[in-house]
Amino acid sequence: MADKKKATPTSADPFALVPHEAGAPKMDKIIVADNIQRRFGGLTAVDVEHFEVQRNAITALIGPNGAGKSTFFNLLTGFDRPQTGEWSFNGFSLHSKSPAQVARSGMVRTFQLTKALSRMTVIENMRLGAANQVGENLARAFFPALWKKQEQEITEKAEELLVRFKLDKKRDDYAGELSGGQRKLLEMARALMSDPEIVMLDEPMAGVNPALTESLLDHIIELKNQGVTVLFVEHDMHMVRRISDWVVVMAEGKIIAEGPPGTVMANPAVQDAYLGAHHDTDLFEER
Amino acid sequence: MDFADLLVNAGRELFAPATAAFALAAIGLNFHFGLTGLLNMGHAGFMLLGMYGYAITVREGGGMLLGILVAILLAMAFGLLLGWPTLKLKGDYLAIVTIAAAEFVRFLGRSSVMKNITGGSTGIRGTDFKEPFESLSPFPSEQITIGPWTLHGTASTSWWLVVVSWGLVALFAWLFWMLAKSPWGRVLKGIREDEDAVRSLGKNVYAYKMQALVIGGVIGALGGILWSFGNAVQPDSMGRPTTFWIWTLLLLGGAATVFGPILGSALFWMALVVVKGLSAMFIPETLMNATQREPFALMLVGVTLMLLVIFRPQGILGNRRELAING
Repeated sequence: MADKKKATPTSADPFALVPHEAGAPKMDKIIVADNIQRRFGGLTAVDVEHFEVQRNAITALIGPNGAGKSTFFNLLTGFDRPQTGEWSFNGFSLHSKSPAQVARSGMVRTFQLTKALSRMTVIENMRLGAANQVGENLARAFFPALWKKQEQEITEKAEELLVRFKLDKKRDDYAGELSGGQRKLLEMARALMSDPEIVMLDEPMAGVNPALTESLLDHIIELKNQGVTVLFVEHDMHMVRRISDWVVVMAEGKIIAEGPPGTVMANPAVQDAYLGAHHDTDLFEER
Repeated sequence: MDFADLLVNAGRELFAPATAAFALAAIGLNFHFGLTGLLNMGHAGFMLLGMYGYAITVREGGGMLLGILVAILLAMAFGLLLGWPTLKLKGDYLAIVTIAAAEFVRFLGRSSVMKNITGGSTGIRGTDFKEPFESLSPFPSEQITIGPWTLHGTASTSWWLVVVSWGLVALFAWLFWMLAKSPWGRVLKGIREDEDAVRSLGKNVYAYKMQALVIGGVIGALGGILWSFGNAVQPDSMGRPTTFWIWTLLLLGGAATVFGPILGSALFWMALVVVKGLSAMFIPETLMNATQREPFALMLVGVTLMLLVIFRPQGILGNRRELAING
């Protein structure tokens, strides 16, 4: 896996011509969002004017605590509803779509607090991730002949993914018996069962021990190599620099900057957001 | 009464139709709680609706099949009505709504306004609705003794009812087994573990929860009909205690297992008889008379259950490993 350091795009860099500014237009957009506002009473948690995500790239969504990253994520995936706004995925409007409809359209997410299904085995978790299993329909569930063959194909696919994520030895363990990092891996592998076009990872590194971090990073890069688009929320700047092609910075609900990982942190607006606008002024001078 | 009598009586509970009726109702609850994690605290309401639907239809000359159909439709409507506002919310709301709705059905049934239809608090006598079922009996209409046990061939708590009710229990246990291991059952288990995770995988959680609620409710209604064949339709026999007994015996046997409801029901009713019998033998009449024994037995069973939930929460047939995960 060592050779899979930063993935170098074979074609020209899709971000070469993208301006380094908030709401920048992308060459090949998979997600477009406009005027998304989410207010909780008097608090405006998310207020995004324009946002685009480049297809087949790894985009990081970063920002200080309370910036509205996770809320924005929930809005995009249908787990929360904004007061205003319009957003689409592959040109298909996701406005007032349920989380399940969003997932079926090809946008699958994971959660900050891992949602492994504890009292189900690892392989059952994986099988549940598959889309279009006809036996999930109540009337057809009575007739195993209708779904047995498909179940076998799903199981084979699940086993391949488990090998890839090094969970094959845990196949018949309960998901609740896995370590925190293994659960993150399982959640990611499960999301891939439906062949999504984009995976949305909410803090994939939260609570993962450092030994597993490297392999998780490799898996995310591998996703991109297989043609999957990745959008992830993260705090860990080291990880953001290592794997992302493009970084979007949020603060106080707004997108304040965009740019490549190498330079975006040098943007004064980003430094202000992270450190406070007066971080280099002397406390006593302000009086 | 001596030990031999006690053994015979306890053994009778193992195959009694009432045991089967409760086992069947518990299989319904197993679809709710065991598979899907739904907290239905009004299962007796489904049973009572089934009893009313069947007994009233048959009394009015509708026939047995129509009676069963009406019972099923009533339970379906009840499930849809309860699930519609609550299944989008978190689990506790369903518990509150079901317990209230079941009480509503009981109070409506026993109210004097409904006396012409439901028979008010006296209910519907067995003679008004049991005839079509009992006329199908292949057994002679007389007392039949098998081993140490004597039951009537066809009337009320009869060998005929024993055969039919255990047949139904077997049928629905098989149905549970089939569905629980199908991909449909897998989605339900996923919902039990974490709804949002299942949503994020593209499944319509609301529809699945509704299906589980309706199926379990219909099975509960069928259990109610079975129970009424051995007794009568009496609204107060289907109050909150009945719901809690069903919960008790489901947890005793082991939720989410195929045979848990059956084993739980058999043990529960047997334990009641054994405790009552032993207390009659060993506690002098001056300390506890016959009328006090029933609540005493229930109390002891309650204590046993508390111990069970504390020391073996997965039930008798449950999986220890599954429990080790703080589910």
